[in-house]
Amino acid sequence: MYIIVVGCGKVGYTLVEQLSGENHNIVVVDERAERVQELTESLDAMGVVGNGISHQTLMEAGIDKADLLVAVTGSDEQNLLCCVLAKKAGHCNAIARVRNPIYHKELEFLQKEFGLAMIINPESAAANEIARLFQFPSALEIDSFANGHVELLHFRIGKNSPLIHEKVMNIRTFHHNILVAMVKRNDQVIIPNGEFVFEEGDIAAIAADPAEATSFFKKLGIGTGRVSNAMIIGGGTIAYYLAEKLIATGIHTTIIEVNRERCEELSDKLPNAVIVHGDGTDQNLLLQEGLPNAEGFAALTGLDEENILLSLYAKGISNAKTMTKINRIKFTEVINNLNLDSIVYPRLTTAALITKYVRSMSNSMGSNVENLYRLEDGKAEALEFIIHESSPVVGIPLHQLRIRKNILIACIYHRGKVIIPGGNDCMQIGDSVVVIAANHRIGDINEILEA
Amino acid sequence: MNYSIIRYIIGWILRFEGIFLLLPFLVSLIYREECFYAFPVVSVGCYAVGYLFSFRKPKDTSLYTREGFMSVALGWIIMSIAGAIPFVINGDIPNYVDALFETISGLTTTGASILSDVECLSHSGLFWRSFTHWIGGMGVFVFIMAILPLMGGSSMNLMKAESPGPSVGKLVPRVKDTAKILYIIYLGITIAETILLCCGGMSLFESLTTSFGTVGTGGFGIRNSSLGECSTYVQIVVTVFMILSGVNYTFYFYLLHRKFKSAFSIEEIRWYFVIIIGSILLISANIRHMYPTYGDALLHSGFQVGSIITTTGFSTTDFDLWPQLSKTILLILMFLGACAGSTGGGMKVSRFAIYTKTIRKELSMLIHPRAIKKIKMDGHSIPHEVVRSANVFLAVYCVIVLFSTLLLSIDNYGFTTNFTATVATLNNIGPGFDLVGPTQNFSIFGVFSKFVLMFNMLAGRLELFPMLILFYPSAWRKHQ
Repeated sequence: MYIIVVGCGKVGYTLVEQLSGENHNIVVVDERAERVQELTESLDAMGVVGNGISHQTLMEAGIDKADLLVAVTGSDEQNLLCCVLAKKAGHCNAIARVRNPIYHKELEFLQKEFGLAMIINPESAAANEIARLFQFPSALEIDSFANGHVELLHFRIGKNSPLIHEKVMNIRTFHHNILVAMVKRNDQVIIPNGEFVFEEGDIAAIAADPAEATSFFKKLGIGTGRVSNAMIIGGGTIAYYLAEKLIATGIHTTIIEVNRERCEELSDKLPNAVIVHGDGTDQNLLLQEGLPNAEGFAALTGLDEENILLSLYAKGISNAKTMTKINRIKFTEVINNLNLDSIVYPRLTTAALITKYVRSMSNSMGSNVENLYRLEDGKAEALEFIIHESSPVVGIPLHQLRIRKNILIACIYHRGKVIIPGGNDCMQIGDSVVVIAANHRIGDINEILEA
Repeated sequence: MNYSIIRYIIGWILRFEGIFLLLPFLVSLIYREECFYAFPVVSVGCYAVGYLFSFRKPKDTSLYTREGFMSVALGWIIMSIAGAIPFVINGDIPNYVDALFETISGLTTTGASILSDVECLSHSGLFWRSFTHWIGGMGVFVFIMAILPLMGGSSMNLMKAESPGPSVGKLVPRVKDTAKILYIIYLGITIAETILLCCGGMSLFESLTTSFGTVGTGGFGIRNSSLGECSTYVQIVVTVFMILSGVNYTFYFYLLHRKFKSAFSIEEIRWYFVIIIGSILLISANIRHMYPTYGDALLHSGFQVGSIITTTGFSTTDFDLWPQLSKTILLILMFLGACAGSTGGGMKVSRFAIYTKTIRKELSMLIHPRAIKKIKMDGHSIPHEVVRSANVFLAVYCVIVLFSTLLLSIDNYGFTTNFTATVATLNNIGPGFDLVGPTQNFSIFGVFSKFVLMFNMLAGRLELFPMLILFYPSAWRKHQ
């Protein structure tokens, strides 16, 4: 596909990084020449220096032959205008990033009226992610499928876990309706077979119905209910969306924000939240606001380093579920070694949403990529397909399919029922299927088979 | 410095050279030569060594500018070293240093020869000599990138090191496709010329070798008199194709996509044609008295101008006998060179354009000292980095010219000989003036001078810096 990415910021870069690995022709547009140069030197894309809302620049970038334009500049208005222009100038689909809360309630209207394929609000997506984890604090990460009926829950196998030295096949005797989809050990991603033995420190991901998952975690002894209160440091856009969601589900929320005006604005919009004006890195303030008794803690300031420090501190003095927002820095290995609990990367979330769209667009065959999550820094992917028409995988028991190595059918959602598949189950038309793929990029359900 | 990726890339270069060497083998079979084994032996050797080198893909595939420059420089040197061996085996050029000189001259599309009699070479030798022009013209690394998906985006660092011009860009989003398009255009022009030459009564063998020499802007002929004895038709065809080969390939890319307006508005190309037409007219007026008709004078002047500005180096007449004005114009054209993004050498018209504009800017700064002014090309401001690196290029270039002339003077030939030998090799032209003029050759120089000239040719083809980095000690250090 021919894709134009307008804006070479963090998201733009991550997006091109992911897409260029999937055989697309990519042109990037940005006004900052040095950004364009930096990107084109390390990634296989062509650069055009210019303003994305200028028709001439878009022509130069080849809008007439483009299939998709993604506008991810810093300004919402510029993104929207760019998409509208692109649709007039070419025949492409357009995706805009719009993050100002003012537009949040109007996204559907904008999308429909402007004829956009998708509007992405990364802050709102990140807030959703955090809110989901506050509902289910035992998990490190939750990826949801089939409109929330199926979840992929990642959790760490701690010191006293009964799972240590257990084989994967024995887990079914332990609890029936779950499936171990993936294990991460020492930076390696493994799709385990029945003989795989758990060790302390592994991060396992299970696929299950949310209710089943809850009872499984209870049996493991790490099951706790949702948090009853949450402390948010930094009152940015994510914090706003998050507080809104948490309050709606009855979680007591405190936001600590350093900017006085912003505090007033927040308290205006979120009358039920406790808004504290103060420096979130002030230990006294944190203690005063009851950090030791907090059950949920989200470090959402603008500085990644500060967020990391705050979360480490919170983990030390409380049993809170901590969430750390990391936007800019990479150093993945270092961060993974810090035992930070859960980390949110808004930049990756946004890029994954767009990648999902691109993949389903380039495969308009029998199935669509309904959901796509990149797991463990892109080493594996979890995908959801909806099967629309007959294909070689439909109606045949799984044990008869020659499925490629490192690919696993984790779950089948069949007519409102979650099936944890065994060898005799089969996929049928209309089903949602969750597939875990390590070291593969698949865009269609048929690609799970050996060539 | 990531040595394993350099080893891997060089491995691939050798594998490809092994494949290329099969072509002259084919020629030797067709002409039933006695010494048919020279090429296949080296071919198998190259492939085997290359296979060993590139057998394992390195774990660390990071390829930064430094590795890119280093692999290109080493790749070209190793390719030359291997490519020279067949000449020694089949006895065409028994002396290895001479064979190496000839091969480097071929690969860098210089066309400077140490042979006084090329007509006694074997057909396969002649073919290989000309074919090296074709390989070197567009570049081996570009070729490999067109075929192999080496390492995605960072392979741009290889292309930057090998392709000529002040700033190297892409035609289409992906490196691989860009390389493919370049080679398709290249191949197209070669085939077109071969057909046209065949129509003019040339044998297929001679048409092919001449086309390789023209399109790669090399200049090896298969006759001692270069193209002097050829028909007027052939000379005109070669003139046109030489000039076309010196054009920035972006121009053809636009033409293929029917973007005629963009094609003809490339500033460099306008400069290029203005310079060519101006030089042809001036020279033909200046040499009018030496030839029977004005047409003859125009033909010879056109051929020589086209040959020199594109740094091909074919000749139809001994231009060393021309009046001083014409010779000086040719000397200036030697420095100027062809367009960036073409197969030609020299300083490139676009750099010349940048220099002219920089001078104008500097003058206007004297009048308005606080004015802010950007240098523009094709309607875009040129980044300061590009201007700076073009200026440094000029400085390095001058240093190399002076230093090389100094080293050549040890052999005690005249100044014109030494200076033009330097200029003709550094700009990948071939013939210079006086003792290295179009009817002479480079065999007069001693072994040391030949190595200096070989360095010049490689430095000229790779635009100086890849060769210079080899002499920069900290580039070799592993932990930097």
